[in-house]
Amino acid sequence: MAVVIEARRVEKTFRIPHHRVDSLKERATHPLRRAEYRELRALRDVSFDVHGGEFFGVVGRNGSGKSSLLKIMASIYAADSGRIRMAGRVAPFIELGVGFNPELTARENVVLNGVMMGLSRREAARRLDAVLEFAELEDFVDLKLKNYSSGMMVRLAFAVMVQADADVMLIDEVLAVGDAAFARKCMDVFQEKRSAGRTIVLVTHDMATVQGMCDRAMLIHDGELRYIGDAEEAAMRYYRINFGAADDGDLGEAGPAAVPDVHARVVASWLEDESGTRVESIEQNRPIGLNVVIEAREELVKPIFSVYVLNQDGSAIFGLDVTPTGPGGAPMDRIPAGGRVRIAGTIENPLLPGKYLLQCFVFREGTLRGALQVMHLPGFVVFGTRPGIGIVSVRGNVEAVAEPECGP
Amino acid sequence: MTEQAIELRDVRGPSALGGGWRRSLDLLYLIAVTEFKQTYFGTVLGYLWSLARPLLLFGVLLAVFTQIFRIGSQVPNYAVLLLFNIVLYGFFQEATMQAVNSIASQESIVRKTQFPRLVIPLAVVLTAAFNLGLNLVVVFVFILAWGIEPMWSWLLFPVVLVLLFALTIAVSMIVSSLYPRFRDISIIWTVLATVLFYGTPVLYPIEVVPETLKDILMINPLTPLFELARVWVIDPSAPGPAEAAGGYALLLPAVAIYGVVCVMSVWIFKREAPRIAEEL
Repeated sequence: MAVVIEARRVEKTFRIPHHRVDSLKERATHPLRRAEYRELRALRDVSFDVHGGEFFGVVGRNGSGKSSLLKIMASIYAADSGRIRMAGRVAPFIELGVGFNPELTARENVVLNGVMMGLSRREAARRLDAVLEFAELEDFVDLKLKNYSSGMMVRLAFAVMVQADADVMLIDEVLAVGDAAFARKCMDVFQEKRSAGRTIVLVTHDMATVQGMCDRAMLIHDGELRYIGDAEEAAMRYYRINFGAADDGDLGEAGPAAVPDVHARVVASWLEDESGTRVESIEQNRPIGLNVVIEAREELVKPIFSVYVLNQDGSAIFGLDVTPTGPGGAPMDRIPAGGRVRIAGTIENPLLPGKYLLQCFVFREGTLRGALQVMHLPGFVVFGTRPGIGIVSVRGNVEAVAEPECGP
Repeated sequence: MTEQAIELRDVRGPSALGGGWRRSLDLLYLIAVTEFKQTYFGTVLGYLWSLARPLLLFGVLLAVFTQIFRIGSQVPNYAVLLLFNIVLYGFFQEATMQAVNSIASQESIVRKTQFPRLVIPLAVVLTAAFNLGLNLVVVFVFILAWGIEPMWSWLLFPVVLVLLFALTIAVSMIVSSLYPRFRDISIIWTVLATVLFYGTPVLYPIEVVPETLKDILMINPLTPLFELARVWVIDPSAPGPAEAAGGYALLLPAVAIYGVVCVMSVWIFKREAPRIAEEL
């Protein structure tokens, strides 16, 4: 396939004032003092190609520079140096929107956006119905956007972007919001657009999407391109970086060859409640019954399985290490290819109500820096009526007592 | 997708202009119309306010300068001249004041879409120009009702308008593009616009100004424009800009400032445009 996005040595540095000099008075009273800046190198020497018809993932931690890169590709930021070339019409979807004016109605915004995307006013107006139908917002066409709920706004924005029918779609974190039905719809659109030969660049934290849908992906860390290629591999490296498991140095040198001589797969995985019933949601404060059956595809040497519970952002909340034991209770040094291990038991549940993800990492003992593999297990929901602060609730014995001298 | 070679084009980042004239004009029109609707949406008298405002100001000033200070009574057709000047200056003031935060107030669009940034301040000037057009209709009705005969020199008036538009656009470009970085532009310009209101012969005719002060007024590039308008539209016997300045040579500072402002505006806007999305 032909190259549709060609980035060469792209650099971007933001200058962040130590204390913001945005008043002319400071400039005038200290004309000689250079404003003190902290330089934030958002992108360093990033080069890559994206081919026509590809579903291309961009992953990296918050602040890694991936969103800046997308903005440069969308001509919203200017690169300091380097060159990006693209083919065809480009439709960006940035910061959960396509650029709406909240004071205007949906109708006016859709037309305005169409014109910004390069349509004539008539074409843009003609597109309105299709956009509203897709967003399922026909009844709200003359409502000002400031009165929309955030979910409606995102739906409208996504519909506008999709209906622009651009050759290249640049999408930043669309999956982080909205309900399950909306996420499903996004996925369907991506599939459909890809089979129509469109190119999609998706910035996301959702590794399940990257592994399940992306043809290729790249990992950006501290503004540098760390990996480009296989989506599965990019996701795995993302996890390693995210859990601080790998030294940065390691990772650069560890080419695909150095990574795992071991592979495992999840045969079955489910959660149970206290009564032993299989569930997908668990009540607050009730223990989580975990059941995972893993099969070694190749021989696993001194394996350690780590089960992680993550929140929706992909941040680990806690994890448990499990060393497999043989029939006699002795640690297993190796699991032969084809051998199966069952990880089962209950986990205390301090989680506040919300959606959570489960992952199982395979480590090799003694090399705890860097997982060999990460496997996704089904996520789950914790429900309950006692919301709290943060992510987990803990028991404590803290009280507020009036000091004697404070008495009445 | 066909296998034909697809042409790769450079991604140049955000800019002041670019992306085709058709698109820029469509955008300009749409933004101006929505600005206009937004300004008058929810007001009972709606558009009438934009007529009422200069008329009210006119009424007050006319009372002050004919009844209290009596400057007005020495000048032929003072009332007409005052209304005419207020409407012209009102355009300059409205456009430039609105322009200051025009780009910042469109933040959600600027931060998410690529489009020629110049259309935003231009749309503001366009909206103000539309108001000016309607106000001028009222002014000319007033002029005729006052008993001033139509003159051939009225045909020259568009020259003044074009020069005034250019200056207004230039100032709007400067203030709107600098505002995201230097928020005090808003305060500075509010003060400057008031200074200019008194520093331009709006309330008074140039010939009553003492010599020393007149030299300062003649540096103001708006002064010759207002004097031209006066000679061509209201009073052919009034001193034109050159006579008021005391010779064509003395007009040069104003002309030079006018030119510098225009050139600077292009330079500043082109320099700031690519970074505006980052500064917001």
